[in-house]
Amino acid sequence: MKAKSPLEIYKLLPGTNCGECGYDTCMSFAAHVLDRTAKVEDCKPLVEQAKKSKKAAEKLKKLKEMTAPEIDEVIIGKDLKIGGKEVLHRHELTFFNPTAYFFDVSDTMDEKTIDERCSRVVEYKKFYVGKYLTLDGIAVRCTSNNPDQFAEVAKKVAGYGKPLILVSLDKECMEKALKAVGDTNPLIYAATPENWKDFFKLAKKYKVPVTVRSKDLDMLKSLAATFKAHEIPVVIDPVTEPVGKGLQKTFERVVQLRRTAILGQDKDINCPIMVTPIAAWMVEGDDVGKMYWETVIAGLFTVKYADIMILHSVEPHSIMPLVTLRANIYTDPRTPVQVEPGLRAINNPDRNSPVLITTNFALTYYTVESDLQSSGASGWLLVLDTGGLGVEVSVAGGQFTPEKVKQLMEETKVAEKVDHRYLVIPGLAARLQGALEDETGWKILVGPTDSGRLKAWLEQNWPPEDIEAKH
Amino acid sequence: MGKITLEEILKLLSKYDVEELEGVKIDGDIEIEIEGSAGIDPQYLQAIGMELGMAAFHLARAAMMLGFPVQQLFGSSEGFLTQPFLQPQPPQAAQTAQVTQVTQAVPPEEKVELIKKKFEPYKVEWSGYVEEVQLGATPKEGGTRKYTIKLGGERSLPFYIFDAPQPNLPAVSIDVFDRPVPLPKAVRVHYEDVMGHPDEWARKVVKKFGADAVTIHLISTDPLLDDTPPHEAVKTVEEVLQAVKCPIIVGGSGNKEKDPVLLEKVAEVAEGERVLLASATLDMDWERIGKAAKEHGHCVLAWTQMDINSQRTLNRYLLKRVGLPRDSLVMDPTTAALGYGLDYAYSNMERARIAALKGDEDLAFPVSSGTTNAWGAREAWMKESPLEGDYSWGMREHRGPLWEILTGLTLSLAAVDIFMMMHPVSVAVLKELIHTLGGKKEVDVEVEDWITAEI
Repeated sequence: MKAKSPLEIYKLLPGTNCGECGYDTCMSFAAHVLDRTAKVEDCKPLVEQAKKSKKAAEKLKKLKEMTAPEIDEVIIGKDLKIGGKEVLHRHELTFFNPTAYFFDVSDTMDEKTIDERCSRVVEYKKFYVGKYLTLDGIAVRCTSNNPDQFAEVAKKVAGYGKPLILVSLDKECMEKALKAVGDTNPLIYAATPENWKDFFKLAKKYKVPVTVRSKDLDMLKSLAATFKAHEIPVVIDPVTEPVGKGLQKTFERVVQLRRTAILGQDKDINCPIMVTPIAAWMVEGDDVGKMYWETVIAGLFTVKYADIMILHSVEPHSIMPLVTLRANIYTDPRTPVQVEPGLRAINNPDRNSPVLITTNFALTYYTVESDLQSSGASGWLLVLDTGGLGVEVSVAGGQFTPEKVKQLMEETKVAEKVDHRYLVIPGLAARLQGALEDETGWKILVGPTDSGRLKAWLEQNWPPEDIEAKH
Repeated sequence: MGKITLEEILKLLSKYDVEELEGVKIDGDIEIEIEGSAGIDPQYLQAIGMELGMAAFHLARAAMMLGFPVQQLFGSSEGFLTQPFLQPQPPQAAQTAQVTQVTQAVPPEEKVELIKKKFEPYKVEWSGYVEEVQLGATPKEGGTRKYTIKLGGERSLPFYIFDAPQPNLPAVSIDVFDRPVPLPKAVRVHYEDVMGHPDEWARKVVKKFGADAVTIHLISTDPLLDDTPPHEAVKTVEEVLQAVKCPIIVGGSGNKEKDPVLLEKVAEVAEGERVLLASATLDMDWERIGKAAKEHGHCVLAWTQMDINSQRTLNRYLLKRVGLPRDSLVMDPTTAALGYGLDYAYSNMERARIAALKGDEDLAFPVSSGTTNAWGAREAWMKESPLEGDYSWGMREHRGPLWEILTGLTLSLAAVDIFMMMHPVSVAVLKELIHTLGGKKEVDVEVEDWITAEI
């Protein structure tokens, strides 16, 4: 965004510290607008004033201009935001609005298939670092060339409650579908050099965002500029060619579009970019090969600038790597990947429960904690400060040391919590077993290398024989 | 009438962790009061009064920013902040209109014309470049390799061949071990027949799986495994050099005391072949490894733990203190698996490469990626999720290779010149992508459009 300091924003605010925006002071609000956790429109007094006074309206307009992200933000459905990017490299700030994944359904598929695919999109989830990763929407494709059929299937799919993309280049099919589901704010695909005048009319009539599509970047820019001039939200599709030279050229087009929008300040094509990895399914070969290649294209452009995608494979083995990649690339690098070191009590442990240790790397911690939690076993989990590094790396790098483990045990007074003197260490720290026994005086049990195996491991190895003998 | 003291302002500032206002010293309370005084020129007094009044005004505004309800001191607060005190409003700088928004509504029947635009791609040129490093040496060059590999030489970001040609595309090396190792099933099935025979293993990865180079890991030297003495372990290196004629990378066990001794012996035994010695790190005798490489004409893999400053330091030590030639250094900034820190590895590599292209000579070296690390992620090999609430993970036969592919692919977009990986499908797919984005596919393939296709 253009604004670089909170003061620039603050100068245009009412300055009354009324608190209606949810922040104590206007300065605080300004700072939050700058880091994108608040919107200018959240200042109700200013919005109200702008309706009555020309001066206030000017201020509001100026505020919106100076806080607008470099790439337009487009809303699909009720509240799915795409675009809104600020930088070319995530380490410069962060990437906002993760790439939206839409999965296709064609109106000639049988009802059972349509239901299965829609249910998959709605139900899929992957637990990752404390939350669930999910899928974004459904793209309905008119393969029947029949307006009524298209509208019927669109209506059925809309019933699943996910944001929609309507795919047809034919104005009659598109209009019929918009009559049926236009009020759900679907993204329509697509306005092309051949049909754009008709799609322009449809966009104005039904007030929906439009994808404009062309391989020719002059034409793409012209289409985008024309639609934007009439305040229609625009998504640009520079056409995804799935193989060979075409794929290389697609990569070039996408990079050039995003780079020129941000570095070149081109406000005509600073729109969210759509990539369609589904095109891989048109290449010769078997379904497995197509699924691999679609996932490769999707991965490539999730890293490089795609804001929204249409995909075909709904198999978990292709979805899981993608949603994980997306979560990684869109992780805010400014947020520390560490958790507080210390001692956690999992599932109400008692004096006979095992004591385990892991590192404070957020990923490691959440993985181990959730594995232990869902195993049902009770345990005391020591969390060692390794500066946010995982087990293998910190053992090799010297952050996971016997001295630090001893220190942590003393600080947390874990010896007072249990009657035994056994410590379970991660399998990847096995080489430290001897040194840890020497340093802490506790008996070290080497646990599994993967905490997913903890349940089975604990069943087999806990409690150790000499503890059992006592009871 | 209320007063605000500077002490109160300080208290408010401390709420925001402001230690001091630069250039301002505040001692105790200061009240601003204007009274008449005999003997002072009233006009002078008025001028001082005005200045002090302005100071008070600005203090009050600062206080208001911090949330102190100063409005009650000044009556109506309308425009209090935006009206500059006693000064006419400075002329607003003309806003250069970037956005050509037209706000009138267009009735649907009216004709719309296409606004014709020309797309001007933004041009990027970098002042720096990445060093070119050769692995392997042909008989003419003093070795016995049939071909050599060149890494690096970039003058633009990965695959940005529209900015500058990419002289060398990333190469792929496949991992081979000098003793049997536990491997995930999806990987093991391809190597069961050659495990325990490093020479056959090397031959298989080159002939059957398209490896450009072979990485032979001498893990048997690990004191926790076989503790093989260096002079014995290096026999495997000789075997592999005989078995295949591609460039070789030699890895130790990761044991900090043994690896420098081992790699020194490797350097002697492989003299002339220009192998990549893996690896030197800051917390081992990197000097010994560097010297051995320099003496026997090899390259060094400088390995650091996702820390750009450590990488600079290690590189500098090898270049300046050992005198390793710039064309003999490759960096491994560490590869974290997809889902297990990939974002960290990616940004670290990307920042290092951008620094190199901007002219940072301490980071201007080709990058190696231990992409095999992807298999450490449970999602790559576990049959199903250990968590009750999770959706199915799908077929691990495909999940695993895809995990390795996406790990490698992502990092290749940051800066990777040589991949170390294991699964043959991952190798094939990644190589295909590298050749495609690298501009090696000359022919335009006609593919039908997906929009109306029944898939």
